[in-house]
Amino acid sequence: MAVVWRAKRLTIKGWSSEAEGFRQRARPRRLQRRQLSIWLGGSLLLVICLAAAASWWGLTLEPNAMNIRERLLPPGPGHWLGTDHFGRDIFARIAYGSRIALLVGGGSTLLAATLGASLGAWAGYKGGWWDELIMRLIDGLMAFPGILLAIMLVTVMGPGLGNTMIAIGMANVPVFARITRGVFLTGRNALYVEAAHALGARTWDIIRYHILPNGIGPILVQATVTFATAILTEASLSYLGLGIQPPDASWGRMLKEAQPQMGRALWSVLAPGAAIFITVMALNLMGDAIRDRLDPETR
Amino acid sequence: MVPLQYLWRRLSALVVTLLIASTITFVVFNIIPGDPAMLMLGTEADPEVLANLRRQLGLDLPLHVQYFQWLRGAALGDLGTSIRLGRPVASLILERLPVTASLAVLAMALTIIIGVPAGAYGAARRGRAADYLIAIFTQVGLAIPHFWLGILLILLFSMRWQLLPPGGFVPWGKDPWQAFLSLLLPALALASHRIAQVARITRTSMLDALHKDYIRTGRGKGLPETILLFKHALKNSLIPVVTVAGMQFAGLLAGSIVAEEVFALPGLGRLLLQAIGYRDLPLVQGISLFIAAVVVIINFMTDILYLLLDPRVRYD
Repeated sequence: MAVVWRAKRLTIKGWSSEAEGFRQRARPRRLQRRQLSIWLGGSLLLVICLAAAASWWGLTLEPNAMNIRERLLPPGPGHWLGTDHFGRDIFARIAYGSRIALLVGGGSTLLAATLGASLGAWAGYKGGWWDELIMRLIDGLMAFPGILLAIMLVTVMGPGLGNTMIAIGMANVPVFARITRGVFLTGRNALYVEAAHALGARTWDIIRYHILPNGIGPILVQATVTFATAILTEASLSYLGLGIQPPDASWGRMLKEAQPQMGRALWSVLAPGAAIFITVMALNLMGDAIRDRLDPETR
Repeated sequence: MVPLQYLWRRLSALVVTLLIASTITFVVFNIIPGDPAMLMLGTEADPEVLANLRRQLGLDLPLHVQYFQWLRGAALGDLGTSIRLGRPVASLILERLPVTASLAVLAMALTIIIGVPAGAYGAARRGRAADYLIAIFTQVGLAIPHFWLGILLILLFSMRWQLLPPGGFVPWGKDPWQAFLSLLLPALALASHRIAQVARITRTSMLDALHKDYIRTGRGKGLPETILLFKHALKNSLIPVVTVAGMQFAGLLAGSIVAEEVFALPGLGRLLLQAIGYRDLPLVQGISLFIAAVVVIINFMTDILYLLLDPRVRYD
């Protein structure tokens, strides 16, 4: 009996089917995890986007309308998330804050990706002293932690929505430049690029059809990470009083204003913090799922 | 041993990066805004007062002269004089540094003490409930804003249970135990994100190590699982963790700007915010350059440590 069992195990067919079985067991689990990340992250992001849209179309209460008689009301039917120390509706302010967060996050990521990828592409494709010059500048910029560089820029440019977006975008340029440079450096020396050159393809076509498709994955993953980081940085800057200015609502600013009342009105510190947490987690989950999808080892 | 030639090359790169970082600092504070004197005093300031301040700051000199004077001073440790406090910027930084440095060191210690075992345990119990629980905690740690976590910690540990102080700092020289307690909550809040990152990297790195041949050989020899896990796998999987930890230490200095504001700690971050509030540009400029220099030096030390730990890394 044992011999038969052994013989069965030793046949190539039997071994491969065992390995196949393992692979099939492993694959659904990974697929499930990726799908869970996409569904959870996507749904949470959808909620935030809906809140932003509701605020945009004026479907919430007026976020800056004060009513001293209704100050520090707990969550209830009239005010879903309660009111703050000026009697302003916290839900309306959270919804308005989601507009700011998405705008600053999206705008600064777009700025960082465009500028960083262009610089990195130029450095990686040109090589030589261009590469040396751009990368030394990027090294110098990387000496400043993101939030510090953003604080420095906001200090000289002044606070406000546009400047906050520019400052956070500039602080994230180096990471995109580094990633894109790596992609172009590898692509420049690849055989298929040499072949395209030999066939007389134009530089722009080589970049567009041969190099960029390989680099778009890492840049996309970095964009989701930067989007999340930008939202956190905006909240930090606004918490410090250097980002979005009152009376406009920003999640960071709301936290700062709610802190002195936290003993009496817990909801006023819970709501804005939870909004930041949920948005950043949603973006992180989406980023993880995209990374898994693009990684050939986990596909 | 790290070859001298490599060390020399890394040192010269360090000097170049420092030089560029200082140029960026100078450009940001002296070129972008137009007139720093007006930025400090406001657009409606008296022209005579403005002219005096410009003379005092050396802003009446050509830009390149200003730059070289400032750079020479910075290289010799003279970062200028604070406008509001009338004291050398360098001495103000040194005065506040112990608070920020203690906060960063304690946060780093918490990161390693919690992050590495959590990641290693997750890898050892891969696919089990403990692994999923740790994965959920890392996901939460990566997304939670540390200033919000700080507020929640104050609510729980200081206001509800009254176990730890809600803010402020007791100097180490006065009462070391109280100093430690006053830094515990801010350090925990500041470390949350890093703990999650380190746990994630340790888990991945250890899972990688657990599939290596030497582990299979060890298991074949009949070595106990704990020795395999902690002596063989963990030791080898800590190399990437060192690099990440080095980079995080630099980030901790910047993160402390917000944490110090939440917990009212009199550190470098608060000094920076006060300087911004009073438009004290020499002080803002000095602190920014100081933090950048520390980051560059820590990155250099991490590189060297990485080479010492992993002899497989080539020096070219």
